[in-house]
Amino acid sequence: MRRFAMIAVPYGWLAVLFLIPFLIVFKISLSDAALAIPPYAPTMKDGFGALLQGLDFENFVFLTTDDLYYKAYLSSLKIAFFSTFFTLLVGYPMAYGMARAPEEWRATLMLLVILPFWTSFLIRVYALIGILSNEGLLNQFLLWLGVISEPLVILNTNIAVYVGIVYTYLPFMILPIYAALDRMDDSLIEAAEDLGCSRMSAFWLVTIPLSKNGIIAGCFLVFIPALGEFVIPSLLGGSGTLMIGKVLFEEFFNNRDWPVASAVAVILLLILIIPIVLFQRNQQKQAEAEG
Amino acid sequence: MIKTLLTGTAAAALLTTSALAEEVRVYNWSDYIDEELLEKFQEETGIKLIYDVFDSNEVLETKMLAGGSGYDVVVPTGTFLQRQITAGAFQKLDPAKLPNLKNMWDVVEKRTVQYDPENAYSINYMWGTTGIGVNVDKVKEALGDDAPIDSLELVMNPDNMAKLAGCGVYFLDAPAEMLPMAMKYLGLNPDSHELEDIEKAEEVMLAIRPYIQKFHSSEYIQALANGDICVAVGWSGDILQARDRAAEAENGVEIAFHAAKEGAQMWFDQMAIPIDAPNVDGAHKFLNFIMDAQNMAAASNYVNYANGNKASQEFLIEDVIGDPAIYPDEATLNNLFTTSPPAPKVQRVITRTWTKIKSGI
Repeated sequence: MRRFAMIAVPYGWLAVLFLIPFLIVFKISLSDAALAIPPYAPTMKDGFGALLQGLDFENFVFLTTDDLYYKAYLSSLKIAFFSTFFTLLVGYPMAYGMARAPEEWRATLMLLVILPFWTSFLIRVYALIGILSNEGLLNQFLLWLGVISEPLVILNTNIAVYVGIVYTYLPFMILPIYAALDRMDDSLIEAAEDLGCSRMSAFWLVTIPLSKNGIIAGCFLVFIPALGEFVIPSLLGGSGTLMIGKVLFEEFFNNRDWPVASAVAVILLLILIIPIVLFQRNQQKQAEAEG
Repeated sequence: MIKTLLTGTAAAALLTTSALAEEVRVYNWSDYIDEELLEKFQEETGIKLIYDVFDSNEVLETKMLAGGSGYDVVVPTGTFLQRQITAGAFQKLDPAKLPNLKNMWDVVEKRTVQYDPENAYSINYMWGTTGIGVNVDKVKEALGDDAPIDSLELVMNPDNMAKLAGCGVYFLDAPAEMLPMAMKYLGLNPDSHELEDIEKAEEVMLAIRPYIQKFHSSEYIQALANGDICVAVGWSGDILQARDRAAEAENGVEIAFHAAKEGAQMWFDQMAIPIDAPNVDGAHKFLNFIMDAQNMAAASNYVNYANGNKASQEFLIEDVIGDPAIYPDEATLNNLFTTSPPAPKVQRVITRTWTKIKSGI
C-alpha cells in the first residue's frame, strides 16, 4: 500500500501537469481556428459527438506545405546541439576545478554557481544586451584595448543566442558533472598513474569515463530546454534567427491560429520525446549500476 | 515587438492608496497616460484602480479571446477592436452612465464607426498617424538639401535607402502598417487584401530590405533621439517623444516627423469593456472620468497624441493643439487613410510575407 502511494504521487503529478495539458493541446491541434472565445472550434460546448466529428489532421498536413516549419525545427536542433556542445566545453573544466578544489572551498564554489538563479532570468538576459550591444561593455573594452577598431556586431545575431544559452544553462551542465566527479575515488587516478599512465591519459581513460553519466545528464538538461527556447532568441537574436519557439509565438499571437500553433507544439514535443527517453534510460542504467 | 512585450508585462504598475472594497482594473498601452490622473480617479471616486500595461495588440487580443482576463477596461486599436467585437469579447456601453459622451468629437467618431458601428462598444482614447521620423541634418547630409523627408520616396525608393543605410534606418515590426505603406507608395489601395497586391508590396519591401538595420516597434524612440539612426518609420507620438528627448538632452539632434504627403495611415486606440468585466459599473465611471475635458487634455498634453474629445481642445497646450504633426490640418486629414482587419487566411499570408521580408525564409 505504501509502495503504491509512493508511485502514485509522481505519476499523479505527471498526469495532472503533463498528460492532461498535452491532451488539451492535442485536441486543439485537431480543431479549426474560429473568431470566438475561445478562438477555435469545435469545443466541448458543441457536445461530444460534434466534437469528435469536427476534428481532423488538417493542421499537421498544413505544416508540411511550407518550408518555414521544417527549417525552423532543423535550425532549432542545430542551435540546441551546438549550444549544448559549447556549454559542455565551458562547464566541464569548471566542474572539474570545483571537484578538485580544497574541501572547504567547495560549498562556496557551489554557491557561486547557483547564485545567478537569485536574479530573474529575464533581467540576466537583459544584462547580456547591455554587454553585447554595439555600444556595450564588451565592445568598449575591446576598443579600449585596441584589439578592434570598429565595434563587433554581436547582438541580434546567432552568436548572441549561443552566448545567451551557454550562459543561462551553464549551471545545469556543471552540477551533474560536479556530482559525478565529486563521487569519484581519487585513488583510481593514483592507481592509473602508478601503472604508467601520464596525467593526461589518466584523465581521458579514468576521469572522463567515470563522469560519463554526469556529462550525459548535463547535456540532456541543456539540450531539451534549449530546443524550445523562446526568450533568448527573441531578445538576443536577430531577424535571421529562426527557432521553432519564435514560430510558435507568431502562430499563436500574430496569426491567432491556436490550432496550428498547437500542432507545432505537438510536433516539438514528439521531437523531444526521443532525447527524453534516452535520458530516462541512462538514468535507469545508472541507478541499476549503483543499486 | 516581442522584446518590448516582455518589458511591458514586467512593468505592470500597481497602484494602491488604501484598502478599498471596490476595484477597477484597467489594461492600457505603456507610457500612455499622465499617472497623476490615476491618483485623481481614486481620490474622486474612492474606487481602487489597478492599472496594468501592455505594448502589443496581439497580447491584448490573446487575453480577450481566451476570456476571463479580469480587466474592466481595455484599449485595443481599431482593427483589433472590430475583430474582437465580432468574436463577442465586448459589451455595449450604457450611455446613461456616460454623461461626458457629449464631449466627444464628431470628426473622430465618424471614422471610428468603421470599426465599431454606432460607437456602441467603445470610446476613442487617442489617435495618431504612422509616418516618417528623420534626423534632419544627417538625412540632408546623405541626400542633399532637397531630400524628400515628407514623402514615401525617402523610405520606399531603394536609391534613397541605399544612401541612408550608412546612417541607420529602423522600420516598425508591424506588417499591418508597413505593407499598406508600401501599397500606398505603389499607388495601390492601401487597404487591399488582394494576394496580388500583398505580393507587390513584398517586392517593394524586399528591394529596400538590405538597407533596413532593424525592425522594431519601440527601440526607435531612443535610437532616433541619441542620433544612432537617421530615419525611423514609426508612430507619430513616439517620434515626437524622440524629438522632445533630443531637445531636452541638447545633443544637437534635430528630429522632424512627417505623415507622408502621398497619404499616411491613421489609427485609433479605443477604450472598451470586456464581456466578462467584473466591475461594469466601475468601468463606466472610469470611462466617464477619462472623457472629462480637463482629464483628457492632461493625458494628451502628457503623451503628445491627439484625442477624440472636442471639449478637451480648449485645455490643450499650444505645443500639442498647434502642432500639425499631432492635430493635422484639414488638407492632411483628408489625405489620411484607415485599414480594416484581414480575413484569417489573408492574415496568414501577411504574417508569412513579413517573416520572409525580415528573415529571407
